[in-house]
This record gives sequence, C-alpha cells and structure tokens, in this order.
Amino acid sequence: MRDQRLWTWHVAAGLVVLVTLALHMAIMHLDALLGLFNPAGGHPIDWANVAARSRQGFFLVSYVVLLGAALFHGLYGLRTILHELGPGPALRRGVDVTLLAGGGVLFVFGAWAAWAAFALARTV
Amino acid sequence: MLDTKGYPNRLGLRGWVGGGRWGLERYLYTLHRLTGLGLLVYFLLHIIVTSARAFGAAAWDASMARVTGPVFVAGEYLVFAAFVFHAANGVRLALVELGWAIGRPIEPVYPYRTSVDEQRPLAVGVLIVAALLAVVGGLDFFVLH
Ligand code: HEM
Repeated sequence: MRDQRLWTWHVAAGLVVLVTLALHMAIMHLDALLGLFNPAGGHPIDWANVAARSRQGFFLVSYVVLLGAALFHGLYGLRTILHELGPGPALRRGVDVTLLAGGGVLFVFGAWAAWAAFALARTV
Repeated sequence: MLDTKGYPNRLGLRGWVGGGRWGLERYLYTLHRLTGLGLLVYFLLHIIVTSARAFGAAAWDASMARVTGPVFVAGEYLVFAAFVFHAANGVRLALVELGWAIGRPIEPVYPYRTSVDEQRPLAVGVLIVAALLAVVGGLDFFVLH
C-alpha cells in the first residue's frame, strides 16, 4: 500500500520534471533556435545570463521545484532498481535510509544554492 | 516496487539487458532504465557543479572552465538525448500503466489478440518523437554553435 502510494508520487514527480526540465533544457540547449531567457545574448552559461535568471523569483521557485521533484523521482527509481536485486531486509533498510538521507542533504544544499544566487543577484 | 513474493530476481543483470521474446517494449524498458540512471548520475553532479553560482561571477567562471571542451559537449548532448527519450517514453509508461492506451478488454476468442497490438503504435510514436527532438537538439549543439 505504502509502496503503491510512493510509486504514484514517483510518476507524478516525473510529470512535474517533464514540464520544468523541458523548460530548462530549452533555455540551456536550444538557445540558438529559441533564444529563451538569455537577455545578455551570447551563451546561456555566461555569467550575465546566469545572474539575470537567478534574480527572478520565477526561476528560484521553478529550480527548487525541479530539484525536489527530480531528486525524489530519480532516487525512488534507483531504489526500485536496487530492491529488484533482492537484498535482505537489513540491506533494503540500509538502501532506503542512505537514499533518503543523501536526497535530503542534496535538496537542502541545492535549495540553499538557488536561494543564495537569488539573493546575490538581487544586490548587484 | 516489485514484490518478488519470496522468489529472487534470478535473471539479475541479464534479465535487465536481454529482451528475449518480449519484443520492442522490452528494449524500451532497458533503454528507459539506462537513461534514468544516466540522467541521475549527471543530475547529482550537476547540483554540485552549478552551486558555484551562489559565490559570484569568479567562482562560476572557474567552475564552468572545469567542464568545457569537446568531451563535455558530447556528454551534454548524450544527456539531452537521454532526456528526450526518457521523457517521451515516460509519458507512454504513465499512459499504459494507468490503463489508457491499452485498448478495451475483449473476449478471449481464438485466434487470440494481444493488447500489445494496441500499444505498439504508441511505442513507435515515442521513438519517432525522441528521434526528431534528438535531431533538433543536435542541430543546436553541433551546427548552429
Ligand atoms: C523528463 C521527465 C520524466 C518523465 C516523464 C519520467 C517518467 C518516468 C516513468 C514513468 C518511470 C517508470 C515508472 C515505472 O514504470 O515504474 C521512470 C523511471 C525512472 N526515472 Fe524517470 N522520468 C523523467 C525524468 C527523469 C530524470 C530527470 C531522472 C534522473 C534524475 C529520472 C530517473 C528515473 C529512474 C532512475 C527510473 C527508474 C528506472 C527503472 O525502474 O527501470 N527520470 N521515469
């Protein structure tokens, strides 16, 4: 029952990632064709463009949503694969705790980076 | 998660790679798993590399300087291609697993028909959409830059 609920969240998170990551990919990799959100021109990873996006509330929110949804989706997917290998109960628990703790740390770190970049870009 | 009900996954890695007689969708499963893991590895590193933007222009430029060159461009293109496949196939999986796109239940009358015939056009559609998007991405990555 619990696994069924988590699996439903895994698929739902995949759909959230679909929307937010498609936008991210279009901005970063279809820049010559679409030219989205790169106000300084040049390359999307030029600091001027990175700072211009970082200072917008929209990108702060959508990056944190993408971060959380993709971490949950990807790490739950990895958990499925590792559980399929048939580990015993103790190892299963170890996998769950490790992925949960690792995902939590990366979420806090990534969200802090988005927030710090937002705050920094607003001061200049 | 798969409940193995006491039967271990005896085929192990071989069971993930070999499609056997299970057809096209089984290879899409292998590719979905491979692209999912590839995207995950990239993503975890990406969180760390791009956090440099929190420390300003100099830290950002130094971080980006460490990941430039043709090898990284090729790697990033693989990530892009993995994304378009995993995304398109993920939508197919969600549709099929939630019971859409598999056709209505029918009487099991000989000669039996399989719901795979109902699903197959969607699988072919996924490959076409992913290939088209991979070509469009390739144009931006390698031709227009
Ligand atoms: C682009 C939007 C995405 C969609 C629509 C999507 C959808 C899906 C779906 C439907 C599944 C299979 C669920 C199941 O059948 O049980 C799945 C599995 C998986 N996904 Fe995604 N996904 C997306 C992006 C990502 C990203 C960015 C990552 C990496 C961070 C990722 C990693 C995985 C992994 C590791 C699995 C498990 C594969 C397996 O069990 O064989 N996915 N995805």
